[in-house]
Amino acid sequence: MTTLIFLIFAGIAVFCGINLVVQTHPIASALSLIGVMGSLAILYLQLGGEFIAAAQVIVYAGAIMVLFVFVIMLLNAGAEGTSRQVSSFARYVGIVLLAAFLGLISFVIQAMLPKTEGVVFGAFQGGTALDVGRKLFTVYLLPFEVTSVLILIAIVGAMVLARKEI
Amino acid sequence: MQNAVPMSWYLILSAILFGLGVAGFIYRRNIITVFMSIELMLNAVNLTFIAFSYTLRQVDGHIFSFFVMVVAAAEAAVGLAIILTVFKNRETLMIDDVSSMKY
Amino acid sequence: MDFLIISLIKAAIIAFVLLTALAYLQWIERKVIAHIQLRVGPYRVGPHGLLQPLADVVKLITKEGVIPSHVNKLFYLMAPWLAVTLALISISVLPFGPQITIGPVTTWMQLTDLRIGILFVLAVSSIGVYGVALGGWASNNKYSLLGGLRSSAQMISYELPLGLAVAAPLLLANTLSFREMVDYQSGYWLGFIPRWNVFPEILGFVVFVIAGFAETNRVPFDLPEAENELVAGFHTEYSSMKFAAFFMAEYANMVTVTAVATLLFLGGWQPPFPEPYSDAVPILVFALGGLIAVYHGMNPARRKDKFTLPAAGMVFLGIAALFGASLLVPVLKTILMALFWFCGKIGILLFVFIWVRGTSPRFRYDQLMRFAWIFLFPLSMLNLLVTGLAVALTSK
Repeated sequence: MTTLIFLIFAGIAVFCGINLVVQTHPIASALSLIGVMGSLAILYLQLGGEFIAAAQVIVYAGAIMVLFVFVIMLLNAGAEGTSRQVSSFARYVGIVLLAAFLGLISFVIQAMLPKTEGVVFGAFQGGTALDVGRKLFTVYLLPFEVTSVLILIAIVGAMVLARKEI
Repeated sequence: MQNAVPMSWYLILSAILFGLGVAGFIYRRNIITVFMSIELMLNAVNLTFIAFSYTLRQVDGHIFSFFVMVVAAAEAAVGLAIILTVFKNRETLMIDDVSSMKY
Repeated sequence: MDFLIISLIKAAIIAFVLLTALAYLQWIERKVIAHIQLRVGPYRVGPHGLLQPLADVVKLITKEGVIPSHVNKLFYLMAPWLAVTLALISISVLPFGPQITIGPVTTWMQLTDLRIGILFVLAVSSIGVYGVALGGWASNNKYSLLGGLRSSAQMISYELPLGLAVAAPLLLANTLSFREMVDYQSGYWLGFIPRWNVFPEILGFVVFVIAGFAETNRVPFDLPEAENELVAGFHTEYSSMKFAAFFMAEYANMVTVTAVATLLFLGGWQPPFPEPYSDAVPILVFALGGLIAVYHGMNPARRKDKFTLPAAGMVFLGIAALFGASLLVPVLKTILMALFWFCGKIGILLFVFIWVRGTSPRFRYDQLMRFAWIFLFPLSMLNLLVTGLAVALTSK
């Protein structure tokens, strides 16, 4: 069952990832990215990260990607034009090279990774909201506060950039 | 069917997604799609963090990916504001056309 | 295997009851608004228009589904089903009542309980915006596009006060599971005031309900479908079942928002009065309703009422008798009492939703945004701060 769920959602993630790259229209790419994020959230659940799975859906799929879709709709961005000086030869070589590179990486990971036991759903229960919160507000308190400053800077920056006069 | 997924599968999936993100970043010409490819790479890295967190039985990986999400949110806010400004000034979203600083 | 069968039975019951309730919610809305505006509303199909939802469903299914030639077909067809699926999913984690034992089976009146149930509902509602945004964009129509744009901006903005308002009761109860949240709210202060979160968190409750209005695109926040500026907003180009799917999504979202408000703030299925008194309430309510219906049947205002109202009165009296009989059967009593109080609270909140629609005009778009960012967001932040301070000071 664990393997089946992994295979299904890994398949969806890879399919959506490929779709993101090959689709010419930004909206189609954005929806594929949402598909990747959703299936990754399921995989996080499988790895015992229930809080991070919910955060993934709320923050990534529910806020960041809505912002992307909003901007695409606002700018009425159309499909990419075809007026590019890239030979089709380079494109096919690129696909082959990417596949070869990924195959090599997979082989290296497979060979180098020390033998650990496989992933079974429910074996790791430490990813609850309680555990994440406890660690976040004790050990990682300083980085947490720094990110809040970062967010504040980002808000001010976005507002300055979005003004009418620039 | 075996009932435990090998840890390496998660890492390979993460590598594939990261590779697709890099490919999209290089291949696509629309600023927004390029930006989304970056988000795909961040997601792939998050998966690695969570997978290692499982192996080590520690919650720290979750915290790392939480921070990655926060940074991605900040980045999306600023990045999309920049894209809006670029579009307002140049009426284009193709990165090939935004090249006045290049030469 | 037992678990699977029980889950399937529960899922079938919930799906059937929910879909019927959604259809009749529309009938109730039309009736209530009609009476607010001194009309009678649906009256021709069946007694008092009770078969109107059925007629509507038949009409919408048999209607021709027009797909305009200029739409983006894939997304155009995907959007309504995305909206309705996402709206219906969150019902699966909401509990309707306590643990019950029927014969050999012990189960909860809930499909499934997640440790992160509240986060799950927030997550599903946060991606629910894609149905509306995609539908507006794929229709390739400027009014639809504006509707979709407005709705995505509005839903991002109101998600913040909604999330902060939800966080305050979480601080009090110290859990993310709906079941434990309801358990936390059991009992009474001084023996008669229920320990519901609404009393310490009245501000949070008000913010939650207002943000809930905006999240479900209801009047006075129905800018995405403002008919005098945008024709019908994001669903201008939709017809037949696709159009009905958007409506079903809206009603399902209303039910979810009111159910979450009930569970977080109004104590779920916990009765507002201590045990022996709360048992009498449903009997009294239904008996009184039945007697009033019978009385009006005796002095009919319209000719048909002479038959329909006494029949309705008999049904009500029968329900009252059922509640009375349930006092003798503990299992039945647990189920009926929980359902009565839970559905009663949801019903009152839904009535408020409809009431506001019948009485209140629509905001202007800049007023809507200013209200969210300048008033509602700081208010919910303040509420969260005060709650956090109180929790920190009172805990050891």
